[in-house]
Amino acid sequence: MEGSSFLFNALVYLSAAVVAVPLSKKAGLGAVLGYLIAGMLIGPWGLSLITEVEDILHFSEFGVVLLLFLIGLELNPSRLWKLKKKIFGMGGLQLTSSALAIGGLGILVGVDVKSAVIAGLGLSLSSTAMALQMIKERNLFNTSSGDSAFSILLFQDIAVIPMMVVLPLIGVADSLHESSSVFIPVLKGVGVIVAIIVGGRFLLRPVFRIIADTNIREIFTAFSLLLVIGIGLLMQAAGLSMALGTFLAGVILSGSEYRHELEIDIEPFKGLLLGLFFISVGMSVNFGLFFENPFPIIALMFSFVLIKALALSGIGKLFKIPKQENAFFSLVLSQGGEFAFVLFAISSAVGALPSKYSELLTVMVALSMVTTPLLMLLNDRFFNRNSENPRTNQDEKIDEAENPVIIAGFGRFGQVIARLLHSNRIGTTILDHNPNNIEMVRKFGYKVFYGDASRVDLLRTAGAEKATLLILATDDRDALTETVKNVKKYFPNLTILCRAADRIHAYELAALGVEHFTQETYQSSLSLGEKALTQLGFGNYEAKKLTNMFQKYDMETFQKHYRFHKDEVKHISLVKEARKELEEIFESDEKEFNSEKDASWG
Amino acid sequence: MVSLLKKLMIQLMEQDKNILIVYAHPFSEKSRVNRTMIERVTDTPHIKISNLYEKYPDFHIDVKKEQELLLEADLIVLHHPIYWFSSPAIIKEWIFVVLLYGFAHGEGGDALRGKQFMLAVSAAGVEESYSQKGFNNFTLEEFLRPIEQTAKVCGMHYKDPFKIFGTPHLTKGQIDAHANEYKNFLVSFTGHKITK
Repeated sequence: MEGSSFLFNALVYLSAAVVAVPLSKKAGLGAVLGYLIAGMLIGPWGLSLITEVEDILHFSEFGVVLLLFLIGLELNPSRLWKLKKKIFGMGGLQLTSSALAIGGLGILVGVDVKSAVIAGLGLSLSSTAMALQMIKERNLFNTSSGDSAFSILLFQDIAVIPMMVVLPLIGVADSLHESSSVFIPVLKGVGVIVAIIVGGRFLLRPVFRIIADTNIREIFTAFSLLLVIGIGLLMQAAGLSMALGTFLAGVILSGSEYRHELEIDIEPFKGLLLGLFFISVGMSVNFGLFFENPFPIIALMFSFVLIKALALSGIGKLFKIPKQENAFFSLVLSQGGEFAFVLFAISSAVGALPSKYSELLTVMVALSMVTTPLLMLLNDRFFNRNSENPRTNQDEKIDEAENPVIIAGFGRFGQVIARLLHSNRIGTTILDHNPNNIEMVRKFGYKVFYGDASRVDLLRTAGAEKATLLILATDDRDALTETVKNVKKYFPNLTILCRAADRIHAYELAALGVEHFTQETYQSSLSLGEKALTQLGFGNYEAKKLTNMFQKYDMETFQKHYRFHKDEVKHISLVKEARKELEEIFESDEKEFNSEKDASWG
Repeated sequence: MVSLLKKLMIQLMEQDKNILIVYAHPFSEKSRVNRTMIERVTDTPHIKISNLYEKYPDFHIDVKKEQELLLEADLIVLHHPIYWFSSPAIIKEWIFVVLLYGFAHGEGGDALRGKQFMLAVSAAGVEESYSQKGFNNFTLEEFLRPIEQTAKVCGMHYKDPFKIFGTPHLTKGQIDAHANEYKNFLVSFTGHKITK
């Protein structure tokens, strides 16, 4: 029974997602709302197709953990450092102002102080998953509002730690006498974080190298998941937020050459788990409670959303966020966050928060998540004409990931090209599937990433959509052809420069529409051939001229013949013909070049 | 200033003078006159030859190297066949990239000041054709004004060109004689006593 119930549940979740999300996107409501609605429908208060909500919620929270890992990967420490003013400045301000205002509101409506404090803190947190999803959808990373929202979310993640530490103390505050119990968790926490940082910097790269050397992709994927799960559990054992731990690990790994491969491997898991997470949030909305007192709940919910939005708007003005982005900024963080669920659950477990409040607050948070996409929609339609892409009006710095050139393959062939471009200050992103190549050249300061360039998702992560050129320099001819086909299909505007193994391969590439290719040994052969001529008595200049002439005619022959290369018989006779043609041409050229009187050369 | 002192020193010490021949023939192997001339002066003491087409078949001239050669020389000879009333293309490139502002001319550009400069050219047309009434409408000197002015701008003393006309019809004997004359002229300039 166990097995089939698992499959049945999976069926339900997947169906719900597959139905709800496209509909929701069509209606302009965004994927997250789709998941939430799907959850509401299939959950205990809807069609009751799923009933064990708690387990699923915990399991899918892992999606948030993966999300933070991926976010850490995208960041690099120097960028993080640059944001420190925003993180602590805006973040601190947002948290304290919202917590105070909401807590104050709670007291005003008759809640006891302790509960009001917990409610204020919990509700001031925002949903990392939802906010980041929205920022990504609108392509607002690297803008003022995107960076600010992200910084605040980061601060909230950090702030959760002391909250988690302090809460149990409030719960048993009446019988408190173990002051030492504060230090041990803190010590454990710091110890674990240090271990992650040290381990990440020194142990991970050699381990990755070993795994990558096996050349078995699944093992790399398995190790990536193992890493994230391991760190998550370690953090949990130390009483810290799992997401913060994986975020740190991500940041440490953001500078490594395996970054892109990690991103690609983890991304699908994160996507599915996050979807599942939002579904389970939808499922956990206690509609029973809601329908008992719909209006007060809605009123309270909107109150805290409004408080947060206003606070954020003020902070936005203070920190000089451009006007057209401020509305988005205020709304994107106005909802309650997933950590609130965790916080309220713990609080009621340790007796710090009466369970009737924790249930109420949970419903409010879940409902608030629904409001954000709707509010965004309203904002777009009625207030913000520029909802298309505020980015175009800013002169923001381009992320370094947007190099104009991607070179796939960093062996003998690719390196020379990379060096030529590099010496002309042209930014190149380099991909290679052999860890040995990467290891060696990293010492010389190149930005190299480990991965199989024939994979569309890796190319996409490496920036194929925005790049100007893709240079294919790997040594596997079939993989090259395959990659060309993929690129032509998924990135039709990307110009390809391709290495060809030999003439026949060149024919294949030309037939696929590649305009620029070089047979890997051709130029080298010509070069040595030219030297041969000079050794045989031709002057350097004449030898060069003759070689150029040969190349020109050879290319012309090539152009004529590549269409027919599949037709063997015809091809052979054409080649014979071409050879004869070339001889004749050489003869006539000789006659032209050498007029009867050599003396006219002077 | 420095080159003036150097000249005085040379005269004083009766030091041998150096010659640099900047030679430009695209297909020297096919040449009769110029090849014979240049072969005659190859391996002669104090005469250095910079064969441009041979050294730089892709026209990518090593500027520093050519400038060094110029500095060492007291007489600079541009040796080439006349093509279309001018020099082969690489000479133009050489003038353009080697005789830079600050080196050969302009502010601080006195590397060549005071040196001697001479053309050694061969023409297919006969001497009579190079006249106002002749087939080519102008004298050879008139065609060579651009080079003459170039040399003057660089502060060099422009000597009369060493020339020969009607190359397609020259006999082997005539070519040989011309080549010997070339060598004698250059050797006597160097001041080197031929100890043979």
